[in-house]
Amino acid sequence: MTLIKTSIGRRSFIKSTALAGGGMMLGFSWLASCKPSASELLTMPKEWFKINGYLKIGENGIVTIMSPNPEIGQNVKTSMPMIVAEELDIDWKNVMVEQAPLDTSIFKRQIAGGSQSIRQSWQSLRMAGATARHMLKEAAAKLWNVPVSEIDTEAGVLFHKKSGKSAGYGSMASAAAILEVPKEVKLKNVEDFTIIGTSRNNVDGRKIVTGQPLFGLDYRQEGMLIAMIVHPPAFGLKLKSYDETGIKSMPGIKDVFKIHVYNDDYIKEGLDTITFNDLVVIVGNTTWEVMNAKKVLKIDWEPITTTKETKSMWGNTIEVTTPAGLENSDLHSERMKSTAISSAKVVRKDGDPASAFKKAAHIIERHYNAPFLAHNTLEPMNFYANVTAENAELVGPVQTPEFMEKSVSARLGLPLEKVDIKMTRMGGGFGRRLYGHFLMEAALISQKMKSPIKLIYTREDDMTSGIYRPAYQATYRAALDENKNLIAFHVNTGGIMDSPLSANRFPAGAVKNYLAEEWEVPSNITIGAFRAPGSNFIAGAEQAFLDELAEEMGKDPIEMRLELLEKAKNKPVGEKNDYDPDRYSGVLKLIKEKSDWGNSAPGIHRGIAAYFCHNTYVAHVLDIVMVDKNPVIKKVTAAVDCGIVVNPIAATNLAEGGIIDGIGHSMYSAITLKDGVSQQNNFNTYRLIRHKEAPKEIEVHFVKNNIDPTGLGEPLNPPIVGALANSLYKATGKRYYSQPFMGEQKIIG
Amino acid sequence: MANFSVNINGQIHSLDIDPTTPVLWILRDHLNLVGTKYGCGIASCGACTIHLDDKAMRACVLPISAIGNKQITTIEGLSEAGNHPVQQAWLEHDVPQCGYCQAGQIMTAAALLKDNPKPNEDDIDAAMNGNICRCGTYIRIKAAIKTAAEKM
Ligand code: FES
Ligand code: FES
Repeated sequence: MTLIKTSIGRRSFIKSTALAGGGMMLGFSWLASCKPSASELLTMPKEWFKINGYLKIGENGIVTIMSPNPEIGQNVKTSMPMIVAEELDIDWKNVMVEQAPLDTSIFKRQIAGGSQSIRQSWQSLRMAGATARHMLKEAAAKLWNVPVSEIDTEAGVLFHKKSGKSAGYGSMASAAAILEVPKEVKLKNVEDFTIIGTSRNNVDGRKIVTGQPLFGLDYRQEGMLIAMIVHPPAFGLKLKSYDETGIKSMPGIKDVFKIHVYNDDYIKEGLDTITFNDLVVIVGNTTWEVMNAKKVLKIDWEPITTTKETKSMWGNTIEVTTPAGLENSDLHSERMKSTAISSAKVVRKDGDPASAFKKAAHIIERHYNAPFLAHNTLEPMNFYANVTAENAELVGPVQTPEFMEKSVSARLGLPLEKVDIKMTRMGGGFGRRLYGHFLMEAALISQKMKSPIKLIYTREDDMTSGIYRPAYQATYRAALDENKNLIAFHVNTGGIMDSPLSANRFPAGAVKNYLAEEWEVPSNITIGAFRAPGSNFIAGAEQAFLDELAEEMGKDPIEMRLELLEKAKNKPVGEKNDYDPDRYSGVLKLIKEKSDWGNSAPGIHRGIAAYFCHNTYVAHVLDIVMVDKNPVIKKVTAAVDCGIVVNPIAATNLAEGGIIDGIGHSMYSAITLKDGVSQQNNFNTYRLIRHKEAPKEIEVHFVKNNIDPTGLGEPLNPPIVGALANSLYKATGKRYYSQPFMGEQKIIG
Repeated sequence: MANFSVNINGQIHSLDIDPTTPVLWILRDHLNLVGTKYGCGIASCGACTIHLDDKAMRACVLPISAIGNKQITTIEGLSEAGNHPVQQAWLEHDVPQCGYCQAGQIMTAAALLKDNPKPNEDDIDAAMNGNICRCGTYIRIKAAIKTAAEKM
């Protein structure tokens, strides 16, 4: 028993519901009780009028805008509402932001993934603001008895020039709320934007710096118990039995039991990935008590047998085989090498690459590889669940609430509308929280306990339970004629259970004879999407290879790429080329100018790389200086074309993050396996980039255009790996092929 | 179980608790002060940084029995109105991405500046190196620390 006497009142999460949620918005309990961002500075209205699912307006003119998508640090909670506010034509300082509930009848694609939040919601967010503005105008027109076309708005005020009448949005909100939604509205011209394209600070900034409860791990409810799981210590093992003797009588421990997460006859879909389906669960009063019980619980494990499973992958039914055995990284490497030779499938072939290689005057061939990586969101996996016979309430960090709602509903046998998932701010995502098995686990634990529970993964649970960035290998070959012209290009790549190939990306389309092949190696190590899936490896390999190729051809690496892009533009080879040569060249030209390429100061070693993925074009120049024989990253310059930049300060932040992430992982990080056991289980063995190792300076330049915006969460990180490898070569005279680069040769102090 | 009386953010709390319980879980589970985060539990990430008197400490490996008469300050108690110069600088530079590491970063930075009001680049790196930011906000953190140092 824990006795607490405190001289301050404990903050209650449940009691403060009425603060902001009241009125027309329902079911916000905790999420709304965290006061909306600006509320410290704003006077709360007495009444809210809901204009549409995206926004409500108070009688005093304050507007609450819902941010539909999960927030994982990509800052959509600020930038998505900015887009609504722009079209609504309201002063940003009168805006409060709330995390929207999961509601697919109102919102489109409530997913954080693929750098698509802004891109795919751009139109609907603008429509939401524009229709509301139109309804306010109609309300004013009716009241003033003038044509709606004569009404103008500016920063939350409606006015009629001819009569001199004007009114704030707040005073028209009640009348507007009951009007029909217009069938058509006019959107603003890009040139007239006053919010989009201006820097607005993170709406949760103040809460973050003062330690307010925002994250899933911070969520609690009265009577909530803490649950932890114990999963097998190695891939290739499963639960045999456990001995709970003495555990249940440990202080604070309520129960120990087994859960079978997905039913055996359930056809899993792409995001239902789970590594260990049978788990031992310990439930207790407090985290420390459960952690202590976890340390002493005795469990027997047994080897898995090879299993075949039918899965539904994006509409296609496939058979997946999970092999038995305790795997090793060395074995993975060997298997990848042999599979690359024995089982590569041709994905794209242009011209006659075989003959071109045969008659080549020079051939260069290089091999690249990268290890498994753990996502390591700083907030480990966790979820709150309160499941009763009638409904399931789930609260926490997940990138795919929409998808998980369906899986949970199927597993619990509850209708969809009885499964309520609420999104908290997430302490990072990076793809890990696309796979919401932990949410399912929480639901089953709560169901068994008949009590609200919060499932918490320890860091060790989180890091050793798979769903890793796949381990990859690639071989690049290029054929040059006697004049050192590029006549053929060949990529052969694959990985553990995944291929990183995007066969139609540059330099496909720029080379007459082109061959792209891929393969996969089966394994029982589970894998998943990791920030810029596939690209996070293949971009670095390709861009390092192009650097060697340019050197071999005796060309400047930027000029060489520009020449190839010119070819792809004027005389494209093939039809499926998946990039716009002009925009690609655009970022190369911009980086050339901004980095003052070719004129670097003595002692600066520079590498260049460029890539296009997730609809955004990026080029980087990375500068290294040698300090005591160690390379130190002095500066990174980036050129980015993501169309319209919604919120420059946040876009730059995300760009910096992507760059540091890419440098960090390629330089230092790896999950290695020995007898099925991950050799890294916490931050003392798994190395993440730290303050000292971050570039001293990052400069981000955006291409200015009026193209609809695309995402920034992922595209910045793939090419930086190439820029780093190329710059390391300049600094050390040695090419870097194996990630983590630090593993090849100890290079930084 | 043992009785402890600890001063946290200027308030005295009496607890009857397992003496090995780390301060992190006392803050989070027992006192509902959840600003202090769990990231690793082994003093390797800095997410749980608090002040013990004026020194930055990792709360995840600090048992309650080791506190004695020392005063604990958490992110919630760093300033009255969230206006510590470090917090203000963090807002000015719009430092956070996901935000999860930031309470720990701020607590380490505040302790650094208390100890060394005019740190140079190396001092900042040395003091901050134990605080991981998985989102990679390192450059902004450094800039914010410099801004805070100027204003303090
Ligand atoms: S949680 Fe204490 S240092 Fe990581
Ligand atoms: S802001 Fe996400 S871990 Fe630092």
